[in-house]
Amino acid sequence: MLHIENVGKSFGALTVLRGINLEAAAGRITGIIGPNGAGKSTLLNVVGGLFPNDTGRILLDGTDVTPLPMHERARCGLVRTFQISRELGELTVLENLMLARQAQTGEAVLGALLRPGSVAREERAAVLEAKGLLDNVGLWRLADQSARALSGGQKKLLELSRALMLKPKIILLDEPAAGVSPPMRLEISKVIRGLCQDGMTFVIVEHDMDMIASLCDQVYVMAEGKNLTSGTFGEVVADDRVVRAYLGGVA
Amino acid sequence: MTAYLVTILILVCIAIILGLALNLQWGLCGMVNFGMAGFFALGAYAAALVALSGAGTLAGIVVAALICAATCGATALVSLRLSDEYLAILTLGFGEVIRLVTLSESWLTGGSLGLPGIPRPLWGWVSEQNYELLFLALLVVVVLALFLVLEVLIRSPFGRAVRAVREDDTVASTLGKNVTMLRVKAFAVGGAIIGIAGAFHAYYLTYVDPSQFSAIITAYTFMAVIAGGRGSNKGLLFGAATIMCLIEGSRFLKDIVQVLDATQLASIRLILIGLGLILFLIYRPQGFLLEYRLRSSSLLARSSLNGATRMHDFKQEAS
Repeated sequence: MLHIENVGKSFGALTVLRGINLEAAAGRITGIIGPNGAGKSTLLNVVGGLFPNDTGRILLDGTDVTPLPMHERARCGLVRTFQISRELGELTVLENLMLARQAQTGEAVLGALLRPGSVAREERAAVLEAKGLLDNVGLWRLADQSARALSGGQKKLLELSRALMLKPKIILLDEPAAGVSPPMRLEISKVIRGLCQDGMTFVIVEHDMDMIASLCDQVYVMAEGKNLTSGTFGEVVADDRVVRAYLGGVA
Repeated sequence: MTAYLVTILILVCIAIILGLALNLQWGLCGMVNFGMAGFFALGAYAAALVALSGAGTLAGIVVAALICAATCGATALVSLRLSDEYLAILTLGFGEVIRLVTLSESWLTGGSLGLPGIPRPLWGWVSEQNYELLFLALLVVVVLALFLVLEVLIRSPFGRAVRAVREDDTVASTLGKNVTMLRVKAFAVGGAIIGIAGAFHAYYLTYVDPSQFSAIITAYTFMAVIAGGRGSNKGLLFGAATIMCLIEGSRFLKDIVQVLDATQLASIRLILIGLGLILFLIYRPQGFLLEYRLRSSSLLARSSLNGATRMHDFKQEAS
């Protein structure tokens, strides 16, 4: 599904990614772990299109998306969430979701003004779709609230539902459990597992090892901008190099 | 007195049109436009030149709107990587450039003498004494039309996307929105509206000169949008009216206050306007009204799903 090939990225003299390779299989959950500063978030940023990569390429379903800007990668079905929730605070929960629907007639100025019938029809379809997604995570009763008013965990669920509204092929989750209470972590894990069973593909960057252990089929370990190792969770935690990387100093 | 009232109402209408434009550009899309006065001048001069050439006042309005839309769109395009304060500086500079051009290129603009004798729309339909009333009526129709068009836009997916860009452009991008195009479009549509305001300004005064377009217009427009409630067009109607009434109404101070002479009052007047706004913003920082928000019930009201929702909620509460 997602194929990352020899991706490198430098900011001036600082090299953050040194030839990362990663393969995320369709319908599976792929985890990325590694100590702070390993380049995990930068990798997600590069794959999402926030920064261009210096070397390598990124393939989505066999299509090279490397030259595409962020919004076009999203339209191809590559969507991401953020480590620190980035809800659109002044928009309502429902509006956050409806925004994410693709190919809306009313998003063009002339479409909005001259085709009110199509716009109204699409809006009704969008609200039903959004309702389904919000019901699934228990947020429908907050649909008309400002997204700003949600709790930390609810914001994570909102971001996930909003990502789903795009009908993506793959979702990159940047620390879905960060700053979330333990019961909410379980809730988020449950939602992710449910979506995966329905066929969604995920890449998860996470420090919560319980979450990684319970969710991921394949785990990649990064350290100092390089692939350290990969395998099942059991395999990688048994690897001495991984332990040493977390304790400081790469093997 | 009626004549004075009509004048104030005409000024309020033009202020509202400018405010509607800024509300789209800055209120909804978050793009600071400190060059309002410059774009306003551009519209006024464009309409004046077209009308003076004999092409008609309607053509003047259309050309003013198109030129201002194109210029604003181009400004948004070159300022793509600029946010907030940098865009403010760019637009401020742009406004100043237009002012200097109107002052210096006298072959086109008449320099500091300006352009006199601009024809007026619907001139000759009514007697000269009643013309200003007709002009006001025309302006009210234009304000209403623009208001309705913008209300449709704000409530549309376009409005939602533009607000998303204001909140967080990176997130809007990750959701597949072309942020560049949305910013350019919002700024250009706002520009077209500023152009229309400029055209009516020129037609109303029948002459334009550079002194009419000082930066204070930009400040007044921001005040109107802030007082009205950023993002709310309905609030803006009140905001613009309040600001214009404060500015114009305080001229009557000299009739009420006898202790101070006219020059002293003229200075105190500006202090009072500022004070009034500060007090208003302390007690009502969000402005008169809030920006539009979608209500789920408005879309679900007519579908049978509403009943199902209530059942669902009921079950949740019961369990």
